[in-house]
Amino acid sequence: MSKDKKLPGIDTTDHVAKGGLLNRRLFLTSSIASTAALATASAAYGEDIIGEGQDDWTIYPGTDALEYSDRSRFEVENVKRFIPNFPQKFLDLRLTKYVARTPLDHLLGTITPNGLHFERSHQGIPDIDPDKHFLVIHGMVKNPLKYDIDALENYTTVSRHHYLECSGNSQVLFQETPTDQPIQQIHGLVSGTEWTGVLLSTLLDECGISPDAKWIIAEGADNGMMTRSIPIDKALDDTMIAIRQNGERIRPSQGYPMRLYTPGYEGNTSVKWLRSLYVSDRPVMSAQETAKYTDMMPDNKALQFSLEQDVKSIITRPSNTMSLKKKGLYEITGLAWSGKGKISRVEVSVDGGQTWGDAALEGPIHTKMLTRFRIPWMWEGGSAILQSRAYDEFGRIQPTRKELIDARGRNAFYHFHAVQSWGVSPNGEIKNVYA
Amino acid sequence: MSMRKTLIIASLLLPTQHLLFSQLANAQQSRFGEPATQKDIDKSFWSVFPDGEFLPEGEGNVATGRVLFKEQCNICHNMPGESDPVKDDIGKLFGVTDKKGKPNVEQTIGSYWPYSSTVFNYIRRAMPLLAPMSLTNSDYYSLTAYLLHENGVIPEDAVMNKDTLPKVEMPNKDGFIMAYPKVPEQYEVKR
Repeated sequence: MSKDKKLPGIDTTDHVAKGGLLNRRLFLTSSIASTAALATASAAYGEDIIGEGQDDWTIYPGTDALEYSDRSRFEVENVKRFIPNFPQKFLDLRLTKYVARTPLDHLLGTITPNGLHFERSHQGIPDIDPDKHFLVIHGMVKNPLKYDIDALENYTTVSRHHYLECSGNSQVLFQETPTDQPIQQIHGLVSGTEWTGVLLSTLLDECGISPDAKWIIAEGADNGMMTRSIPIDKALDDTMIAIRQNGERIRPSQGYPMRLYTPGYEGNTSVKWLRSLYVSDRPVMSAQETAKYTDMMPDNKALQFSLEQDVKSIITRPSNTMSLKKKGLYEITGLAWSGKGKISRVEVSVDGGQTWGDAALEGPIHTKMLTRFRIPWMWEGGSAILQSRAYDEFGRIQPTRKELIDARGRNAFYHFHAVQSWGVSPNGEIKNVYA
Repeated sequence: MSMRKTLIIASLLLPTQHLLFSQLANAQQSRFGEPATQKDIDKSFWSVFPDGEFLPEGEGNVATGRVLFKEQCNICHNMPGESDPVKDDIGKLFGVTDKKGKPNVEQTIGSYWPYSSTVFNYIRRAMPLLAPMSLTNSDYYSLTAYLLHENGVIPEDAVMNKDTLPKVEMPNKDGFIMAYPKVPEQYEVKR
């Protein structure tokens, strides 16, 4: 498709940055589908039965409704979470396959289907009988209380759209050489959900917390009893005891029957299978907040309790599991989020950050939630480097990889949130590159 | 009928609805929690603090810990001097002095962990992998003593209990910087 060719209803000369980035309103006012040639079938007016040429699914009755519906069988093979192969020796030792990554390149919108939500456990997924599980709140409180799932369901719940991201997401990009792992492996430890639960402030109020309380220590009921310390300000702000994801009870892999959920904080603090909240005046210094989940800085000091996540974005389409088959009009789309608040702006560059154009943000924009952005791009067939850069409502701007590493080095391991660069070669292949 | 439904119906039957909705909001805040007994708490709460609070009775030593480690831990973790690559992948527990690690699994108790209490706290709740909490508190003190000793933190004849363990100073105790509520200026990403 050349620049001169007219597309009906589309002004492909309205450039907003170099390299073919077009005005974001283009896709809002016209349908790209209209450029495709529609096959026109010539009607048959003979004596033939009229179903000639129809597909089986049109002329045969379909299957029965299922009590819990399945995806199309044509999706199952391609759209699935990524679980790394464990060496047999690990499996022999009964180490659990503890991580599954969301296929971001196969999803649109901002809600992750429950079966595709990323997960990370430390010693496997417990099979908890909800009738035998309760949460106890104790420590610096007037009344130590316990709550089972039926008690929690009795409260006025809140339902909020929020993302959850593992603080180890994208960590492979700290490496010196750009990885050729697909986007799902690099960035698939982030998902978006409508979480429903009871605000923790409600329960803490009921228990009567001491004015000297500074932290709460959350412990899970899983093998290994995951433990994290949460600042009391966060506990009294938007932290909830989540009991539902996208309407249904949270999945066992997400903490069934109840989990702590700390919007915008590193994922590990949203302790799953929550069983104990100890109200304290100090953090407990668990293994998961000292030995792990601490960020090594260039001076060999490690940042501890780097809880609130930074502003971040990634282009999910096109990305490195795809290739551009021919020159022409493409939509660049992706996800942006901030652990502090709402996304206010996303810019896209196709020339490696030389020039930028504003992407359209798809609303409603929720605080601490994935926000989808999109911008049209006319690819003329040359080399390109696709990047997105997000801003949040507090003026935070997503840094370049160089800026991040200049400040924090390459050993931080956690909290990689810099700009992702997808390199497009003249033959349309797309690779992860550093730019 | 749930308490909430009862309240909603009650509010519809009474005339001063505006006032009642605020009362209803207050009522909904209340009181579905049941009193937690000490038994409930003991079952659910296993944390131990750096100053030793909640450390249990019991006592352990390095020699006993060495035997327990061989029996309970060596299936997944190398003993000092061993170098099974699978076990090293699971996690080196000894012999790393560079706290930077590569990747972070190679930060060990001696090179990285800032508090001795964390060692006891973690292994008691999480280890052995297939049977956490299958040992006695004294066994966990012994394993803690052994791990601290092999990491060069305490001598061979040290005894670990609720009084001695919190007094153990870790080599990297000053290696951490609090990033809450704010990342210190010098680590902020400049744009």
